[in-house]
Order: sequence, then C-alpha cells, then structure tokens
Amino acid sequence: MTKVTLNVNGETRTASVPPEMTLLRLLREEFGLTGAKLGCDVGDCGACTVIVDGKTVNSCLMLAPQADGRDVLTVEGLATMERLHPIQKAFEEKGSLQCGFCGPGVIMSAKALLDENPDPSVLEIRDALAGNLCRCTGYSKMIEAIQDVARGDNRQPVGESA
Amino acid sequence: MKVVGQPLPHEGARGHVTGEALYADDLCGRFPGLLHAWPVLAPHAHARVTRLDAAPALEEPGVVTTLTAGDAPGEANTGPNRHDEPLFPDEVMFHQQPVAWVLGETLDAARRGAARVAAEYEPLPAVLDIEQALAAGSYLTAPLRLADGDVSVLESSALRFEGELRIGGQEHFYLETQAALAWRDEAGYIAVYSSTQHPSETQEIVARVLGLPRHAVTVECPRMGGAFGGKEVQANASAAVAALGAWKTGRPVRVRLTRAIDMAITGKRHPFLVRYAAGFNADATLRALRAELYSDGGWSLDLSEPIMWRALFHVDNAYRLPAVEVVGRVCRTHKTSQTAFRGFGGPQGMLLIEEVMAQAAQRLALPADVVRSRNLYREGQATHYGERVDDAERMGTIWSQLKSSSAFEARRAEIAAANARSAHVKRGIAITPVKFGISFTAQFYNQAAAYVLVYRDGTVQVNHGGTEMGQGLFTKIQQIAADTLGVALARVRVMSTRTDKVPNTSATAASSGSDLNGAAVADACRQIRSRLAAVAAGMPDGEWREFAAVCEAAYRQRVPLSASGFYRTPDIHFDPRTGRGRPFHYYAFGAAVSEVEVDGFTGAYRLLRTDILEDVGDSLSPVVDRGQIEGGFIQGVGWLTIEELLWDEAGRLATAGASTYKLPSWSELPPVFNVSLLERAAMPHVIMGSKAVGEPPLMLAISVREALREVVAAFGSGVVTFDSPATPERIFFAVQRVRALRPALT
Repeated sequence: MTKVTLNVNGETRTASVPPEMTLLRLLREEFGLTGAKLGCDVGDCGACTVIVDGKTVNSCLMLAPQADGRDVLTVEGLATMERLHPIQKAFEEKGSLQCGFCGPGVIMSAKALLDENPDPSVLEIRDALAGNLCRCTGYSKMIEAIQDVARGDNRQPVGESA
Repeated sequence: MKVVGQPLPHEGARGHVTGEALYADDLCGRFPGLLHAWPVLAPHAHARVTRLDAAPALEEPGVVTTLTAGDAPGEANTGPNRHDEPLFPDEVMFHQQPVAWVLGETLDAARRGAARVAAEYEPLPAVLDIEQALAAGSYLTAPLRLADGDVSVLESSALRFEGELRIGGQEHFYLETQAALAWRDEAGYIAVYSSTQHPSETQEIVARVLGLPRHAVTVECPRMGGAFGGKEVQANASAAVAALGAWKTGRPVRVRLTRAIDMAITGKRHPFLVRYAAGFNADATLRALRAELYSDGGWSLDLSEPIMWRALFHVDNAYRLPAVEVVGRVCRTHKTSQTAFRGFGGPQGMLLIEEVMAQAAQRLALPADVVRSRNLYREGQATHYGERVDDAERMGTIWSQLKSSSAFEARRAEIAAANARSAHVKRGIAITPVKFGISFTAQFYNQAAAYVLVYRDGTVQVNHGGTEMGQGLFTKIQQIAADTLGVALARVRVMSTRTDKVPNTSATAASSGSDLNGAAVADACRQIRSRLAAVAAGMPDGEWREFAAVCEAAYRQRVPLSASGFYRTPDIHFDPRTGRGRPFHYYAFGAAVSEVEVDGFTGAYRLLRTDILEDVGDSLSPVVDRGQIEGGFIQGVGWLTIEELLWDEAGRLATAGASTYKLPSWSELPPVFNVSLLERAAMPHVIMGSKAVGEPPLMLAISVREALREVVAAFGSGVVTFDSPATPERIFFAVQRVRALRPALT
C-alpha cells in the first residue's frame, strides 16, 4: 500500500492505496467524489477528466500515487448546488447536456480551456475538447455554452434563480 | 403561467452540471461490504464447454465465491421471450460470451479469480455473417412478409433495376456502460439498482433466475448515462448476475462492465443485407418494389423479430409504394445478440428505399429531389400495410419549406458550377424525408400507468413507468403534471423509476415515453384536479387561489390527494398473418438538407452544412426536442459514415473500443447546423398536441449519405452505389469506380 496526500478541491486528503490504483478510483471509491465518471477506462472518452495542477487529466490513466502532492480539482470543487460556476450555469441554461454522464468531464475541460484562453474560437473549443466524447447531444449546445461564457454573458457566478 | 411548451432546461441539468446527479454505479459507496463481479469469458465464437472448474478461483485472495450453473435457484436464463439466453451456457455462442462469474472483495480480486477458472472448450464451426448464415440455413425466425398490389408489373416497368445493399450495424456506446447493483432488502428479498430502460422486464428476469415471485423483486432505475435501445433488453443479464450474487452471498453485489467487455458482449444495431428489384414508370413514379431483407440477429432472438417488422413497415419511408412485396428474415450468427437501437429497424428499411430512389434518379437522369418529391405520399393514400397516411400534406409542406429556407436550388447550382472548376475537391447537396411510425408494434406495450401524490403543503411527487436516459422525458412529465394540476414547476418532483411504485410497465422505447407516460400522468393529475376543484368551490373567495390551502382543506375533508392514471393508445392493430392493419397511432415527419465536400484523392469528406425541419407537433419542451433532433441526427451521421463494426475471421470484434471504433466527435459537427420545428403543427389525440421525437431525427442523416452520393457522381459517370457506412475508404473506391467510367478527356 502507498500513502498519498493530495489537495482535492482545496482540501488536503490522505489515503493508503494499492500502488496500481488510479486517480479516478481514488476519487470515487476512497473520497466518495463520484462526479468524475468511468466511461472507457483507457483514456478514450474523457468522462473522467479532472484538473491536476491546472492541466486536464484523464483520471482513469493517472495513478493515484502520481497525484501525490498535487492540486486536484474535480467538478464537485467548481460549485455547490446553490452557487454554480459560470460554465455550469451556461451548460444548464443552454440544454448542453442530455444524459449528463459526459458532463463533469466536458465542463472540466472547458474550464481548463477558458483559464488558459478566455476567448477561444470555435475551432479552439473543438480542439481543446476533442478528448471528451458525448453520445447524446451532437456537441453544438456545448460549444454555444462555452462561447457564451467566453463572451461574458455568463461570467459571474450566479445564485439560485429558479 | 403554462410551462408546457416553454424552453426549459433539462429537469436533471442542475445535477448533471454539478456532478451531483447519481447513476447506478455512483451509489456503491452506500453499500458497505460490496462485492465486485468479473466474468469468465469464452475465447471462441462457437464451442462446447467441455470442462469448467471454478474452484481454483477460490484460492485467489479476496475472491468470495463464483457463480456457475447450479447456483441459480430458478431458471438461469435471461432471454426475454424465447428463454434462449442461458446465463451459464454449456455451448458458447459468441466470442467472449460469459460462461461463469467470480465475486471478489475488490474488482481486481474478482478479475484475478476469473483468470484462474479452468475452462476447456471444443471449438465448433461458426457462422459469422449473413452470407454464411444464408448458406447454412441458419435463422432465428420464419420469413416475415408484407405485400400489397400486383408486384408482377415490375417486369414490364419502363425502368427496371436490381441490386444488393449491405448495411452495417452500430455500437450504442452509451457513455455509462451496463451497470447494476443488487442487495437483499430488509425483508430478505432482492432489490436492484439497474441502468435499464425496462425496469419491469429486469424485475421479471431477476425473479425468473432467482425462482421468486415478482413482488419479491424491486428494481429501481435512478437515471441512465445514455441507452439508445441498448439497455432495453441488454440490461437484464447484468442485473441478473448482481441479484444472483447478492442472493447467494447475502452481500451487495455490483456489476459494471468495462467498456471493452461491454462492447464485446452486448448487442448492437443489426447489420442488414438487402436484395432488391425496383420498377419505375417513365414519369419517375415508383411502380413496384420487391426486396428481401436479411438481418444479422446474432446468437439469440432478443428483439430481432419486431425490429425486422419495423424495417418492413418502413421500406416506404415517405413514399407511396403501389405494388410491393418485402420479405424479411432474421439470421442466426455466432455474434452478440443484436438488439434495439434508436430507429429499431426503421433506418435499415428506409435506407433501402432511399438507395432505390437515388438510383432511379441517376438512371432517369433526373435530380434526386425531383424523383423523391414525385413519390411522396399524398393525402388519402395508404401504406403497403393498409394504414392511411394521415396528415400526408405535412410532408409536402416540410419539403417545400425546407428547400426554400435552405436555399436548396441556388446552392445546388452554385455547387455544380464550383465542381466544374475543381477537379479533385467537389461538393454535393441532398434533401431526404423521414416518415416514422409512432407506437410499439406489439400492441400490448402501448399502455402506461402513473401514480401521482399530492401532499398537504401542495407539493407533488409524480411516479410513472418511463425511465430517464437523457432524452428529457422527466422534464416533459414535470411540465405536464405542473400544467395539469395548475401548480408551479418547482412544486413537482418526478421520482426515479421503481417497480414498486408503478407495476407492469413498458420499456421506455419506440419514441413513446412522453406519449404514453405523459398521458397517464395527465390522467392522474386531472382526477386530483377535479377533486380539488370541488373542494375549492366551497372555500371562501381568495383562499381557493392558494393551491396549498386547497390541498390542506381537501385533506381535512377527507378527499384523497393521490390518484393513479392510465393510458392505452386507441385504434391500433396489426395482423402479422395478413400483413394488414393500423400499427401506428400516427407518423412523425421531417426532412433534412445536407451539403458535403469530398477530397477525390483520399475519399476524406467534411459535412459543411445541415438544415433540418422536424414536425414535433406542439413541442412540449423545445430545448429538449431540439436536443433530440441535433443529437439523433449526429448519431445517425455516425452510423451512416464513420462508425464501422468489424469482426475478424474468428468472430472477434476488432473494433472493441473508441480507439478503433470511430464515434462522432466535435469535428463531425457541421459548422452550419440549422434546426427548425414545423409551426402550427398541433397533433390531435396526442398528449397536449405534441409528437414523438426520440428516434425520427436519426434517419435525417440519410441526407448526408445521399449528399456523398451526389459528390461521387460529380467525379465521373455511371450509377453510384456504395454499402453503408460510407467510410472515407468506401467513398474513395466509389470515386475510383466512377472515374474509371468517365469519358476520356480530349
């Protein structure tokens, strides 16, 4: 067993795990953070995307011990049920998701993109999110939502409105 | 204010974007002592199991037990109708078929244990595709037949041609693979969280395997991470294994297939082989069609028979067939059991007639849209199974509106001019229609029940038989309940689907989820509403306006605040012996125009623009409906262009992951994508004037296939035909063929 200590969503967490355990399983099974999803287990689909030290990572491909000492941001760290991140708000309002299973991964990829490039073109959005598969939507409403946030239509965190 | 028809976000959107929405496999943390299951997979497409010794698995640390034949107290068979899917087979029927399961304290322990199960096999000859099945006489059904008119006139038609078309299958690739979690409940019975489109059938199969009455089994579907038909029947086996494990061990058991195993062992859209002969009059109207449709059903029956019926029902697509004889038969092969997938055979039937229309146009040297429009149903005409096509004029309206809004004629002229100047990169444009029959073709499925509970504070819980897989059913149900009761949307909570709330439900399938369940919910809400109206009538002026106050008053007057609702689709019937009837309550209509560009050197292509006009009646929920149209279309584009299932000569699926099976990604989305809903389209006798939207848009993608055909034709001369999917490779070779036929340059 290997002891890993990492910062998850601003909180220091520690676990003792088998060295082959993936970061995804650490998050889901040890820390109870089930936002990141297991979609393919081999880095094809992006449903498990989280942000590690500012960069998107397929958490199904990263071993938990590799995350030792790093900062990990998951979808749970973006907002609470009451106060959404602008990307989340835009995805909700635009109807960007259908079954929602790919959503946490897509939203984390979108956040990493906008952190680095606040005003991406459609091509840059497609390129940055190419690692996230969605089987329901056809992607167009996701692109619209990300553009909305980039344009500032949805830039400030928004409270409960419904 | 009414909420039906408002562009509201998905009912689950808040949970989706925050990660709080829970899917079956997210609930594992609530079950201490959870066991994990891993299958023992057979390495042959067809073999006899000569020895199976699971005992060595138990020596592996962390392995708790194994599941083999003899462990099931009931019938260890998950085949829904024919009981033809043994859970622990002694004859392997497809490559990687599970023959036993191992349960471990961890997934890794179960996996290591499964590797230690000693299994020996005697390989047997395998039937691996439709041609081999035809040669071997290997079938799952008798021939199914629809005929109308005098098809012998085909031989004397002005234009007559015949051909063969191979249509590939499709992997569902729901982002959430098959998942189930089972435990013994407080009474010692069995409860299951299952990612299933058909909780009542999952309940039935679990009860069968455990030898229990149905009231001993409770199945709940919290929500699904996509399904598309792939969890209508195929969810049952995972649920049965989890339940059997929980029954045997007394501990909760989780089954969650890995992507590779899910793709290897679950059924897909049926591949088809179609042989056809068509006759046309000189004016380009179709005179007669004769066709044989063979589907690759895989190893067991599953839903292959109704899927073939739907293919036969849809060989007309939107066109009048005056004389027709179509015969369909399901082949048995040593592959996964092919199953429901959005469209349910309809897409394959339609692809046949669109191939025929396109070829007729080329042979008559007419534009394809002219041939198509001349054959569209007119008011008063009936289908080849005798159902009058009500509202046929809607198809004509859609056709002309879409041609105009997409500037079809002008763009075609511009494209032709540009193609003349460009030798190696050319473009093409096509318009295709969709008419899709709405109702389950099995009449008894066309029923639904609901149970609506109103609490004294005026809040509401709605239970119904439909499942949420992302299609927005719960959003529509919430809207219908709010408007029918006359309360704000926020007061209405749609509960997860449970067999202990509404019994004997139908699968959420056939695009019928909101038609059936919405009508049942409205029925229940109307009952409560009329009881409350009587209470309100006796209340002082002003007070009755407060819904909560009326509910409290009703409670005190001992007026019941719950009701069950029911709906059965009226006036549908079909006799498979005569091939006549009225199987569909109504038809959904739509059309699409697509423009593509092809590189003649490589066959690589890009979808440049798509315009869609879809008839959803009075939309219950426009954001949801537009999402269904966009997503369904892109999924159809995947099926017809880039998604190619390949099996090797040993029957192994060679495309068992997203790295080898190309799914539509962000780059497949057309840069210009205009989706419109037909206006003034209220549909009488359907819930709140709406029409079904789940499946029909998938077939709008045929416009992309036909646009590709137009481009290939522009590279040379001769009749253009290619099998489906139209991969860049197939397009490259099609271009090569027409270029070879091109008159020599002088």
